[in-house]
Amino acid sequence: MSAEQWLILVSGIVGGALRVGVPFLFVSLGECLTEKGGRINLGLEGVLVLSAMAAFGASYLSGSPWVGVLAAAAVGALLATLHGLLCALPRVNDIATGIALMLLGMGLAFYLGKPLIQPQAAQLPAIPLGFWSDAPAVRSALQINPLLPLGVLLALAMAWGFTHTRAGLLVRLAGDSAHAARALGYSVPGIRLAATAAGGCIAGLGGASLTLFYPGSWNEGISSGQGLIAVALVIFARWNPLRCVGAALLFGGAGAIGPALQSVGIGWGYHLFNTLPYALTLLILVLSCRPGQIVPGSPTELSSNR
Amino acid sequence: MRDALAAIALPTGAIVAALGVFGLIVSFAGVDPVAVWVLLFKGAFGDAFSWQNTLQRAAPLMLTALCVALPARAGLTVIGGEGALVLGGLACAALAHALPLPANAVGTVLVCAAGALAGGLWIALAGWLRQVRGINETISSLLLAYVAIGLFKHLVEGPLRDPASLNKPSTPALGEGLLIGTIAGSDVHWGLVVGTLACLLAGLWLRFTPSGFSVCVVGGNPRAAQLVGLPATRLIVLACALGGAAAGVAGAIEVAAVHTNANASLIAGYGYAGILVAFIARHQPLAIIPVAILFGGFGAAGSLLQRRLGLPDASVLLLQGIAFVLILASEALRERDWKPLLAALGRFGPSDPVPVVLGTPEAPKGEPR
Repeated sequence: MSAEQWLILVSGIVGGALRVGVPFLFVSLGECLTEKGGRINLGLEGVLVLSAMAAFGASYLSGSPWVGVLAAAAVGALLATLHGLLCALPRVNDIATGIALMLLGMGLAFYLGKPLIQPQAAQLPAIPLGFWSDAPAVRSALQINPLLPLGVLLALAMAWGFTHTRAGLLVRLAGDSAHAARALGYSVPGIRLAATAAGGCIAGLGGASLTLFYPGSWNEGISSGQGLIAVALVIFARWNPLRCVGAALLFGGAGAIGPALQSVGIGWGYHLFNTLPYALTLLILVLSCRPGQIVPGSPTELSSNR
Repeated sequence: MRDALAAIALPTGAIVAALGVFGLIVSFAGVDPVAVWVLLFKGAFGDAFSWQNTLQRAAPLMLTALCVALPARAGLTVIGGEGALVLGGLACAALAHALPLPANAVGTVLVCAAGALAGGLWIALAGWLRQVRGINETISSLLLAYVAIGLFKHLVEGPLRDPASLNKPSTPALGEGLLIGTIAGSDVHWGLVVGTLACLLAGLWLRFTPSGFSVCVVGGNPRAAQLVGLPATRLIVLACALGGAAAGVAGAIEVAAVHTNANASLIAGYGYAGILVAFIARHQPLAIIPVAILFGGFGAAGSLLQRRLGLPDASVLLLQGIAFVLILASEALRERDWKPLLAALGRFGPSDPVPVVLGTPEAPKGEPR
């Protein structure tokens, strides 16, 4: 391989990480917040798909992509609220509810989104960070999604909020010891409902970046399980919002290796490279889990620790 | 008796309610809900043709539902059935391609056994990882499903690809003798019989054999299982392996009876629909049979809704989603008295501080089961 091909390959992977990583980032932040409150929401996959559809639809109807972003956040919060309400019922477990909401979200999105498959909606404007380079590969790789800085700021805010604000501490309290929260007179289901709804709102932004930036159109294969993978990502990030940023970018980069290799003419193992993020997570789990112990950093009330 | 009634009445009521909500949604689109209900019934169970279509779809659902139900009886939530199904189909096609098998029933049984082995090992791995490394099986089975699908695509488009398959990469077709035929006098393939038998055998196993009963004890009361010295790890891995084998056979049957080779059409979401079927059947293998037929019927009626009323093809997915949510919500009504439900509804406000006795005995968390 020549130096130019190497440049194309590296910028393809970096650019892919920045493009593909954004939905991962928002979904994992949303999942992180939900799980800090002591609940797992597999339904974020449904949230992601439905909010992606809502973002595209709202942007298409209003002509402004930012209206689409708001619509995605609102729809995400609504669907997650349903998850929170269902989980508060006696004898309803959060894993099953998550799967149900995944089906419901996808069903609603595909049903309502049928008329949106053909048209083009207004897209979010890219931030050109590659202005310093004259190599076209670098320039196109560094067309940044405007939601990415927002996501990084959100991660910083969450990390700070979990340790410095009353709300953040309450969420952690509900996730680590429901008894203690009850003893202080707080409503544990109420806190969890709020955390789940806010998590859905954040994950909705991930849906918006799918249809309004990259891939930038609405179709029924828009998500390849990012919402489900978020659960694994959060374990990988040890429930730390700042590590979620790194984990999401790593996942995005690992997923971009296949397409980047294809762009320099190496087609072998495209699908195998696409499974890298999943295989990597599994490997990390194998290395970081110990039988009879909970994963370090994990909220103790999670159903996966019971 | 009352419990048995509740177990049947609640899901039935939830499905009826789901049909109602679904009718409401389609009426917003200007479609007559009554016409939708009639078509759903007609398309699923209206005549011989629709029955055949329904039963055709029910076969893989029965087997993928077992992939959720059997581990669930051992206390595990496995949601990676799609991966086991895909690998089962791949193993079936690969074995038929690699070895000169006898072109008769023996060969067919062998390729299905290959599917069972591949799927069984895959899900058993998730159970083993949980017991030996403490990794949550819901997440690991899901990750394994994505790895399986990637592996499947890699092999079908690469080493195992039939050069003649141009626009749709697929493996070479199975030989004529290896294909699974239809039950005499119908268009339904023998997979339906396999699925029904598998559910019956699984039910009998859980109910009447020491190992099946031990699995239920391990799932129902891990502490009791520990006290009487049951080999929890072995039993859990066994339940996962049997469930995975069922999903693997589903994949092999889809290849040998429907597609004749392994290609991307195999990844059709049967694994995820199986989760729903198993939950509605409350992980009872015998109850899986009717529930799978019902959901096969919804699937069969879906294309009719599309053709006759112009509804999107995702209508059935939407109906399934609504049904699943309502069925879960109906679980809350299972109590003999309504106090817990009312308590749950009243729990969102701030409560008075309750004194917590220090050292409340709690179940120790994170212990290996």
